Amino acid sequence: MRLPPSVPIFLLLAMPLVLPLGAHAGYVFDLGARIAILGIAALSLNFLLGAGGLVSFGHAAYLAIGAYGVAILDANAIHNAAVVVPVVLAASLVFSLPTGAVALRTRGVNFIMITLAFSQMVYFAAGSLADYGGDDGYTLTARTTWFHAKPLATPYGFYATCVALLLGCYLLCRAMVASRFGRALRAIRQDRQRVQGLGINPFSIQLTAIAIGGMMAALAGALLANAAEFASPAYAAWQRSGDLLIMVILGGAGSVHGAILGAAAVVLAEEALGSVTEHWRILYGPLLVLAVIFFRGGLAGIGRPKG
Amino acid sequence: MTLLVIQALNGVQLGLLLFLIAAGLTLVFGVMDFINLAHGVQYMLGAYLAVAAASVTGSFFLGVILAVLVAGGVGLVLEWAVFRHLYGRDHLDQVLATFGIILFLNEAVRVIWGSAPLQLAMPAVLSGSFPIMPGLHYPIYRVALIVVGLLVAAGLAAVIQGTRTGMRIRAGASNPLMIASLGVDIGRLFRQVFGVGAMLAGFAGALAAPLLSVEPGMGDNLLILAFVVIVIGGIGSIRGAFVAAILVGLVDTLGRGLVTDAAGLLLHGTAAARVGPALASMLIYLVMAAVLAVRPAGLFPAVPA
Repeated sequence: MRLPPSVPIFLLLAMPLVLPLGAHAGYVFDLGARIAILGIAALSLNFLLGAGGLVSFGHAAYLAIGAYGVAILDANAIHNAAVVVPVVLAASLVFSLPTGAVALRTRGVNFIMITLAFSQMVYFAAGSLADYGGDDGYTLTARTTWFHAKPLATPYGFYATCVALLLGCYLLCRAMVASRFGRALRAIRQDRQRVQGLGINPFSIQLTAIAIGGMMAALAGALLANAAEFASPAYAAWQRSGDLLIMVILGGAGSVHGAILGAAAVVLAEEALGSVTEHWRILYGPLLVLAVIFFRGGLAGIGRPKG
Repeated sequence: MTLLVIQALNGVQLGLLLFLIAAGLTLVFGVMDFINLAHGVQYMLGAYLAVAAASVTGSFFLGVILAVLVAGGVGLVLEWAVFRHLYGRDHLDQVLATFGIILFLNEAVRVIWGSAPLQLAMPAVLSGSFPIMPGLHYPIYRVALIVVGLLVAAGLAAVIQGTRTGMRIRAGASNPLMIASLGVDIGRLFRQVFGVGAMLAGFAGALAAPLLSVEPGMGDNLLILAFVVIVIGGIGSIRGAFVAAILVGLVDTLGRGLVTDAAGLLLHGTAAARVGPALASMLIYLVMAAVLAVRPAGLFPAVPA
């Protein structure tokens, strides 16, 4: 029997939680948390892109919405996740539903560009929040809590929370892709008219997907703000949307676990190449090009029989 | 009033620079169905090459000519080494590979010329300003830029509308499969379009060099603006790119002045000072979202939707 590829991935992610790490603990947890958080964001984009064929070039907008949700509540001395998380999710819906409805009027590259336009609006809007640091960003006074417990206060707890949330999001994505909703979403990507003919409304299915993907990414944004104890407009910068796309494409759009592989590959490549030279991008860029030319189907496609 | 005229002229000038970049982008996209994110670094390369060539030859004009030629050459090398392997591949693969090239070239420029911004001195003939209206002086260089931009646009339109190659390009933008099966060497057509696009972007960079600081990453934001332009204009359409480029140039430049004033009328001072600049930066994206919401394929799509 072959194990599903996600099992070794999560075993690997869980290892730092049980192994004695000694002096490296802080570094490993920090790096691991970054992989897990970006993994959640990449999973959510992969759900839109891989299952729905909806290439969003503005997914980083949700990271900023999540981060600023935490920041604005922080400024009002609210840190309880029981308030923060619902507010963040609701804020992402307030953004995703109207912008998604407009964006879904377009197809192909125009969809890519209109999602970019909306995320640029978030970027500039975040920069105008003078009460929350404006362009300079906002430094949190404390991390998010759970009533009186502070699971995010220690590196161990923070990492464990991130991995648990990643696992939850992964299972949710898998379940959604396999569900009736997910099948309808994939069918729309292949043949929109036929789906319509079957009596399914493609618009509402796609908009639902955008809303769910947005909530997941906003959650990642809230974690990101907690990790850095900082929120800034840069979270919504188009380069970050590009980074998320790279993770998804590199990992292999279409397989759910590919997004986690992509996030890990990008974070680790930055870390490894960055320790070789400060001009690490001069190596990273050609690596991306080679990866595209030679690894069709992304990292998740390696070792898979050619179809 | 004079301020408005100056800003309108600046807007047209930004629009023409955008057009030079967007023209190549929209043709490469329309004809080859290829998303080239690396088009913005071609612009940056043009600026750097102009600085380098001008300091070697001692002449601004020679520098610009050399920069354009070398930028075109680099474009063709990239086409040969990377891009031709990606035609017909998924758009996402193209996005990823050309993003890799952006990272590489931005960093390569930083390694060669350093991170500090460079300056290119304006040629003596074109520095200074002259009166275009009573009480209104406008820099000669900017006027020259507008004239050159309009000439290039007219030349490009003449080539696209009036020559055999232009006809093939238009045909390629509306149905590439058909012209390939009619016996046109599509690989050669692609190389021509690509080389010209790279040269135009390099030209825009070289022309902008005396006005802006030349620094790594300077092409990234222009790339996004150029994409806004081609999407508003309709992909594959030179006419659309021209109209949209001028529109974006004017909206962005005039918006920065007017929106802050308008916000001042509606809101109190401090609120207006905060909302105004953010709204002004958002304006072109609002325009784009509005255009796409009403006309999802842009203003002048090459392939009618």
